[in-house]
Amino acid sequence: MEHFGRFHLHSHPDHTNGPQWPVVAAVAVGGAVGAALRFGAANVWRNGSDAELVWPKGEAAFPWTTLLVNVVGCFLMGVLTVTLKERFTGAPRLLNPLLGTGVLGGFTTFSSYTDDARRLFENDQPGSALGYLVLTVAGALAGVALGAVLTRVVLTGRGTTDGETGSGRR
Amino acid sequence: MSHLLLVLLGGAAGAAARYLISAAAGRRLGGAFHWGTFLANMAACLILGFLVEAGGEDALGPSGQALLATGFCGALSTWSTFSHEVMAMADGRRVAGAAGYLLVTVVAGLGLSFAGAGIAAALW
Repeated sequence: MEHFGRFHLHSHPDHTNGPQWPVVAAVAVGGAVGAALRFGAANVWRNGSDAELVWPKGEAAFPWTTLLVNVVGCFLMGVLTVTLKERFTGAPRLLNPLLGTGVLGGFTTFSSYTDDARRLFENDQPGSALGYLVLTVAGALAGVALGAVLTRVVLTGRGTTDGETGSGRR
Repeated sequence: MSHLLLVLLGGAAGAAARYLISAAAGRRLGGAFHWGTFLANMAACLILGFLVEAGGEDALGPSGQALLATGFCGALSTWSTFSHEVMAMADGRRVAGAAGYLLVTVVAGLGLSFAGAGIAAALW
């Protein structure tokens, strides 16, 4: 299970000569779309997530929307990474910044995660806060791993790219 | 509708800022630690904690919240890149490093959210 190391996000070639403005533009467009999708999800399913929009007084609702947004975004990140780095390696250079850094980065949010947890703590709901903290971590990590594994099975017919058993297959 | 426009604008700025922070961190701080994602997430936690508390005091209003909180902070911070980096470290047999990165980010982010809220509460 060393396959993640090969498609490290920090292998972006654009770290050498400073920011590349077409990449910045692609990330910005993607980020706008991702944030709008998250905004839409919060409007469709109002339950205390993105509480800058709705935060009822009294008992605070469990922030299911932010949890779901983050887990789905992580799953899609696993899907995208395998799709672009292992299957469609000739895809346009800007596609990964647009969809990964931009759309999925803009869709998922870490700041709402900590803020939702903070307000659950401040609302004397430490059980919900801790449950939310742990569930999101577990869901996000499982999501990105599951997305990568499922996509690898679907696109390449192999479950793993383990360094030993997978050598010679690529 | 105008709120959607503000979310789009804030999201574009936040994601671009995260990319520029990552690019700068990659050049100046090296690649041993995911400084770019970490710093972008920490900044967003501090700012959002401040904004939500300030918004609660009606200093910002719904438009400001859409632009700065949902749009900018939401897009400046990320779970997808973060969890991908953690899994990449774990897969590279850097399990302790992955666990440390995860724990430090969650604990420090939560702390900065409290800090931002505390600053706003002190100001208003």
